[in-house]
Amino acid sequence: MLDVKAGDDSSFDFLLQKYRSPLVNFLYRMVRDTATAEDLAQEVFLRVYRARKQYTPSAKFTTWLFRIATNLALNSVRDTRYQKLSVSIDASTDGEESPPLELPARELRIDQKMIERDRTNLIRKAIWALPEKQRAAVLLHKYEEMDYAEIAKVLECSESALKSLLFRAYETLRGQLAPLVGEALVRETKEGRAL
Amino acid sequence: MNCNDVSKGLIAYLDRRSNSAERQEIEQHLTACMDCRTRAEQFRALWGVMDELPMIDPSFGFDARVRQRVAAEPQRRWLGWIVPQPRLAVSAALLAVLAVWMVKTSPVNTPIETTTASVQQEDFNAIQNLDVLENYDVVTNMDALSELAPVGAPNGGINSQKAGTAATAE
Repeated sequence: MLDVKAGDDSSFDFLLQKYRSPLVNFLYRMVRDTATAEDLAQEVFLRVYRARKQYTPSAKFTTWLFRIATNLALNSVRDTRYQKLSVSIDASTDGEESPPLELPARELRIDQKMIERDRTNLIRKAIWALPEKQRAAVLLHKYEEMDYAEIAKVLECSESALKSLLFRAYETLRGQLAPLVGEALVRETKEGRAL
Repeated sequence: MNCNDVSKGLIAYLDRRSNSAERQEIEQHLTACMDCRTRAEQFRALWGVMDELPMIDPSFGFDARVRQRVAAEPQRRWLGWIVPQPRLAVSAALLAVLAVWMVKTSPVNTPIETTTASVQQEDFNAIQNLDVLENYDVVTNMDALSELAPVGAPNGGINSQKAGTAATAE
């Protein structure tokens, strides 16, 4: 980032290549919509570019990047929340866009593909059902593998508050995904990898 | 350590980020408490389940769109240094407005000031003639002048005074 600050455009390209996928995935898991996630990711990069001259390496670059992304995502979620309320609760998709098509390995049979897709949708919906701040905490902890100090800075809370937030979020997910968790434990026991 | 304490440190324990003392205490509790042990096992299994969530790829052209938006950003002009320092710009503007206001509202040379200037000039002349005023002979000789009637008074002037004195003598 310091190179970008110095006016090196190739370094900005490097940041774009390195962080576009984590950002788009984080934002997609936050806002539930691929087009919105990409728009927000573009906005994050644009803000990084605009703020390059004022950048000071007081915190890790990823902390700064995901702080911008989280704020944009939370604003977007809050802006669209009322639009979602107008969608009928009987709608089968709950007003969400269908998840992007992921191409499974060719050797998987159709029934296996369907099972895998169902599992994926179940996990997605359980994460989406979390309150926004808990969702962001889980995504940064589980998928971005940030440490507690970084996540606390991104979410502007204390580390102890973050640990409570994460505990509550994982407790909820444990209940929501109980069938999958149960299966996984049975599998682990069979494989002799229990705790 | 009770179940509540363990719940606060469980995530860090499973992440292997708790210190050795905390780790030991939590392990002791997990050995004794079936509920917490089950929760810990399920949390670990849950994280394995969450790993199944696939990554999505940014769409084709994502990079191009970002570069396009970056290229559309206005370039900094010679006054561009002001833009990243809005506080400085606002302060400078306020200072300029204040200066203009002070210049406009400050009084021009008033008669009072002129009077003050003339008084100062008289004082200066008096100081210049201080030697004369301190000379006793000069001051004594001038006593006669104080008997003169003011200029413009009826029968004023030295000659009329002398005439008056002669008449009294007769």
